[in-house]
Order: sequence, then C-alpha cells, then structure tokens
Amino acid sequence: MVRSHTNGQADGGIARSWRHAATPLIMLLGLAACDQVGVPAQQRVIGADPEAGRAAIAAVACGICHVIPGIRGANGIVGPSLAGFGQRQLIGGVAPNQPSVLAQWVKDAPSIAPNTGMPELPLTEAQARDVAAYLFTLR
Amino acid sequence: MQSALAPGGPHAESVASLSWAMFIGAGLIFFLVMSLTAIASLTDADRARWLSGRAVIIGGGIIFPIVTLSALLVYGLLLSRNLVMAGTPALRIEVVGEQFWWRVHYVDSSGAPHLVTANEIRIPIGMPIEFILKSNDVIHSFWVPSLAGKLDMIPGRVNSYRFAAERPGVYRGQCAEYCGAQHALMAFYLIAMDKTEFDAWYARQSEPAPDPTTTFQARGKALFLENGCGACHTIRGTPAEGKIGPDLSHIGDRVSLAAGTFPNNAGTLAGWISSAQHLKPGNLMPSFGNLQGEELRAIAAYLGGLK
Repeated sequence: MVRSHTNGQADGGIARSWRHAATPLIMLLGLAACDQVGVPAQQRVIGADPEAGRAAIAAVACGICHVIPGIRGANGIVGPSLAGFGQRQLIGGVAPNQPSVLAQWVKDAPSIAPNTGMPELPLTEAQARDVAAYLFTLR
Repeated sequence: MQSALAPGGPHAESVASLSWAMFIGAGLIFFLVMSLTAIASLTDADRARWLSGRAVIIGGGIIFPIVTLSALLVYGLLLSRNLVMAGTPALRIEVVGEQFWWRVHYVDSSGAPHLVTANEIRIPIGMPIEFILKSNDVIHSFWVPSLAGKLDMIPGRVNSYRFAAERPGVYRGQCAEYCGAQHALMAFYLIAMDKTEFDAWYARQSEPAPDPTTTFQARGKALFLENGCGACHTIRGTPAEGKIGPDLSHIGDRVSLAAGTFPNNAGTLAGWISSAQHLKPGNLMPSFGNLQGEELRAIAAYLGGLK
C-alpha cells in the first residue's frame, strides 16, 4: 500500500516535469498550425487558415493550370507557376499582391482583369481568404 | 470511395462476405499451423510425439482440408447464385470502352440508344440494371468495386451482366485492364439515386442541350462552333454532331471531366481545353492554345451552363 503510494507520487512528478518541458513546444506547434509564421505582417490574412486553403486548392483543382508547390499533381502549364508566389509583386501582371486583392482574384479574377483566361471559381469568401493565405506562404 | 470491401449493393456484398470468410478462415488456419509447427520444433521430441500420431495426420491432413474446402465450395456456389439476377432489368445501359474514356448509351430492349452521354452513369437504386459492355479499340475492363466485380470489354464481343445499387451514392469506377498510356486516368462515376430523382435526371438529359442564357455564354457557343469542336463532339440541338469524342449536351451536369480525372468547374473546363495534351498526353483531344484568355473563359462558361 505504502509502496504503491510512493510510486504514484514519483510518476506524478515525472509527468509534471514533462509537461513543463513540453509547454513551449506545444505553443510553437500551435503557432505552426495557423502557420502564417514566415509571412510578413502586410501579407497575413486575418482569420484565414492556410491549411484549409491548401485543401480548397486541391478540391477546385487549381493545379490543372498552375504549378503549385505543396499540392499533389499541380503541374499545369496554362497559367504561371505559383512557386514563390508570396514574393510576387503583381497578381496576373496587373494588380498589387495584397491580401484583399488576392482573395478577390482567386475567386473572381475577371472582375480585376477582364481579359484574363482565369475564370470565376466556385470558392466561398472564406475559402478565397484561406487560399490567399496559403499562396502567401509560398516563398 | 472505391473499395470492394465497402459494398453498396447485393452483388458486392456477396463478394465482400466471401472475402471476409476467407481472410478470417485463412488467418485462423495459418495461426493453427504455425502453433503446431512451434510445438513440433521447440518442445522436446517426447512431448511432441502426439503430433505424428495416425489420428492427427489423417484428421488434420485429410479430413480437415476436405471438410473445410467442401464447405467453402458450397458457400461460394450459393453466393454466386445470388449474383445472377433473373427477370427483366429495370434499365439497359451500353458502355463502350474508348481510349481513354467511356461512351454511355441508355438503350431499349432492341439495343437502340435513347440517351447518349459519357463518363458518368446514373442509375435508380434497388433495381437490377443490365450493363452491356463493348469496346471500340483495345481491351478495357469495366469495374465499380463497391457494386460488382470487373468484366472485360473486348473488341468484337459483347459481354453483359446485371447488378444493383442498394444505397444512393457516388461510386467510382475504373478501367481494370491496361489499355494504353492513359489507362490510369480512365475512370468514371456511377451515381445511384432515388427512382424519382433518376426519372427527373433522365428526362432532363433526354432534352436537347439548353440554350445559352447570357451573352458571354452565347459568345462561348459561337466560339465552340468556330473552333471546330463540333468535328468531334456532339451538343444536341446545335450543328455540333461529331461522334469521335464524348457527347457534351449536358456536360455541365457531370461531376468530373476527362473521364473521372478532374472535378468539373469553370477553371478545370478552361484548363482542359487549353492543355488537354499536357494533362492527359496521348488522348485524342488537342490542346487549344490558340484561344485568347477571354475566349477560353467564354467557352468554359457555355459548357458549364449545359446542365
């Protein structure tokens, strides 16, 4: 009875110290999950989730026209490669590469550039912001 | 979802239960044999002597296999009797394999086509459907794993079988016989739906293609015809009457493009038209790199509107 009691205490102590060590790690992981970490402040899309954007890019199959790092099978040749897109100055060669403009562009490019080949796409506003957030992580 | 172990109808359920019976049975027998082997090799000879007794040899070596395999045979035959669906099928669908897509005809009992479509098959649930399988070029194989086993499509020969879907859903099918460079991108979707929904779909599909509703779509229609798309594709109710490629009369209503390869939206339609040879090299559709961006969008808008 006494033995098991002391064992219990020892185990609890070890578990506690582990938790202390893990706290900063868990916080880091938490940051990594919303993952706009390497993205400069002016390109952060508030409340958007790059991971959800990645899923939306795969579901809409943006890769049929674009090379997109991180998306399986995205090797299109119709539009430009999106590798390093976060560093790109202009979207489609016509509009500044900023969060609000990009979110509008990915959903409805012709509203910004009427002669573009990129059609209106079946994305919600929120999805468009997620997609923009993902594209800004491509550096 | 595409798995013979996730059955969506009686045909596939029989196959799945036979598979499970065999997996589990074979697993148990394997475990038994390995245990006996361990006893024979790890314990000392005197204690394992009973293993070489006449009763064990005859019982385990002759009687057990005969009983087990006979039972399995009877079970298998009973199951395969369930696979043959008697009576008149609710629907006859002729599917013709092409490199690398599926031509789909809903036919009457004489074989005359009533409705032509491609790369997507819709059926009502709970009724036996007859599939009549042909090929126009090389050997393909028709396979919807969640609904039934595969059956080859052989040039110059007609194969047919019947199966049903129990639950509504979207079932993926796949060519299961290597047929050339793009065999891996030769898939389709079989959509099982309630009878009333199916009837509404069938009536809609039997109509000619709808007219463009916007000026942008009308421009797309004109461009479609000017660029010669009608040499290979049919859009019923327009001068486009080509038979080489898939019928596009109601393409906007399908869930996929390029034989189950891409989701169907304005972006994938435009991308496919512009770079079909890059996306699926060796298929018969050329890449239309001659189109302006806006023209490409107009054609995609027209096709997407063909519900």
